[in-house]
Amino acid sequence: MKTINLTESTVRDLNQALHDQTVECTEREWEVLEPKGQHNIACGLDQNISVDIKGPTGYFCAGMNKKAHITIHGNAGQGVAENMMSGTVRVKGNASQAAGATAHGGLLVIEGDAGARCGISMKGVDIVVKGSVGHMSCFMGQAGSLVVCGDAGDALGDSLYETHIYVKGEVKSLGADCIAKEMREEHIEELTELLNRAGVDEQATAFKRYGTARQLYNFKVDNTSAY
Amino acid sequence: MSDDIKVKPGLRESATFDRTTMTEIRRAAETGIYDIRGFGAKRKLPHFDDLLFLGASMSRYPLEGYREKCNTSVTLGTRYAKKPIVLDIPVTIAGMSFGALSANAKEALGRGASLMGTSTTTGDGGMTPEERGQSSKLVYQYLPSRYGMNPDDLRKADAIEVVLGQGAKPGGGGMLLGQKITDRVAKMRTLPMGVDQRSACRHPDWTGPDDLAIKIQELREITDWQVPIYIKVGATRTYYDVKLAVKAGADVIVVDGMQGGTAATQEVFIEHVGIPTLAAIPQAVRALQEMGMHRKVQLIVSGGIRNGADVAKCMALGADAVAIGTAALVALGCNHPMYEEEFKKIGSAAGFYDDYHEGKDPAGISTQDPELMKRLDPVTAGRHLANYLNVLTLEAQTLARACGKNDLRNLEPEDLVALTVESAAMANVPLAGTSWIPGKGF
Repeated sequence: MKTINLTESTVRDLNQALHDQTVECTEREWEVLEPKGQHNIACGLDQNISVDIKGPTGYFCAGMNKKAHITIHGNAGQGVAENMMSGTVRVKGNASQAAGATAHGGLLVIEGDAGARCGISMKGVDIVVKGSVGHMSCFMGQAGSLVVCGDAGDALGDSLYETHIYVKGEVKSLGADCIAKEMREEHIEELTELLNRAGVDEQATAFKRYGTARQLYNFKVDNTSAY
Repeated sequence: MSDDIKVKPGLRESATFDRTTMTEIRRAAETGIYDIRGFGAKRKLPHFDDLLFLGASMSRYPLEGYREKCNTSVTLGTRYAKKPIVLDIPVTIAGMSFGALSANAKEALGRGASLMGTSTTTGDGGMTPEERGQSSKLVYQYLPSRYGMNPDDLRKADAIEVVLGQGAKPGGGGMLLGQKITDRVAKMRTLPMGVDQRSACRHPDWTGPDDLAIKIQELREITDWQVPIYIKVGATRTYYDVKLAVKAGADVIVVDGMQGGTAATQEVFIEHVGIPTLAAIPQAVRALQEMGMHRKVQLIVSGGIRNGADVAKCMALGADAVAIGTAALVALGCNHPMYEEEFKKIGSAAGFYDDYHEGKDPAGISTQDPELMKRLDPVTAGRHLANYLNVLTLEAQTLARACGKNDLRNLEPEDLVALTVESAAMANVPLAGTSWIPGKGF
């Protein structure tokens, strides 16, 4: 295992070392010590390696991740795993706003709570939050799944496209064009598989499903009150 | 067209409620929805035609037109990037999306720009192989929607442009209506086919200049600090926006005036938000100069650039380069009279067509219709664009040499005078024949 202490090395040094693994992978297991909330840690990775970050991270940790498996042993700042393409990002603590924003693929697991706009404009990623999510989560969500084991804040799924949303707890309010939907067998299977991948011990049948009503897909004069 | 209508002498048309205004009121009453269109502001605005160059005479000597060199190249991104982008001419192609434009049009833009050694720019819809393949220098736009955004394309880019806004609609997001969301466009944007795509006006994961500084740092980290990072703003509070963009870490700032074009937005937005390009440049330059960053952080200006005089005037006011969008499309064949009959069929006319959002462009440029697209030969259209870029450059050089400058970037405000009080005040140059600059400042 390769260990880098961020009180001795810069984030630039760390990221360059991790990016170099794309060209030639010399070390599969990496450990990052004393991140102290610094921004842009382990972003832009493109190799099947594991990175354990032992402490809290700042903005955009694991941004645009491809293939790598990154674990944050602490809280994550704004935009964790933003625009992730593949791989896994796991936050052992809480995540700030815009977690998994615009992410295209991979799995983001947040073991604590997530702030506002979790999964905003998500494009195919799967996000599993063991706690609750803040307001405007999954705003303009396009594809993928958002699973919330706790509660969801105001305006969940506002202006939703085709993301699947599953919530176990209370939803404070649904956003424009987001509605409760029937939980059919295929959804229970999908959710069960997601919970298993995330290592979360919950029963899929305890969740409710939410999705798009598809009423705002094309502009209609009669819908102006929703805009 | 009002010119075609014979009006009986003595009848007086209202200047306030003219026929265009009345037509729009009737259209609104019938449909209940605002008018959406493409193109840029069509109203008359103070513009570069209101400025003139003071050619050399007794107190200055000119350069020989065909003997003495006048440099046109410019290097962008010298502040932080390991690989700044070098343009042979100071005219670049502005961001226009695949989706708004056909694949052939994007390819033609790449071909034309590459022939002249300059760059093209992606748009709200990701990078296509055609565009990357044909553009020797490609700027990758980073937009709020993040459609098609991925780190592989990011690393393929020669520069990254973080878009905060555009001149046609500062404060507005992208718009691509369902008729243009074909299977390919839908897949690139991860959207269902045929939906109206109204992309966000704010970035999803950062707000404000402090966050932007961190976002720029992230983009630099992902690309290992190789390529320049631009920040593009629509011209509004330009003085402050430029200062904040410099503080956030931009290598290059792009200021797009309200004459800048769009593929689709509300008419009310296009005509009533933003400031003219002419007014924006001195604000941007003043901000850079006050920070000691003029020429260190390069300034690209766009919005209504049509000829070499416009290019030269932008540079004399302090820009390092200009970007063209509408003019480039016209060079490809947009609004060409050869399609007059077809324009009539869709309720428009050559020279007036602006319904880019409908996807019915007879010239095959702002469309995704496979049959219409075939009308645009990317090789021929690319050659036309290269010719046009060459003319812009030659014209700008002609004016620079007349002012005694051996580099386009040596043009300066002192070479200019204004024809109107308004343009003198906006451009911060004297009214012609006087030493009077109205207002003195902003």
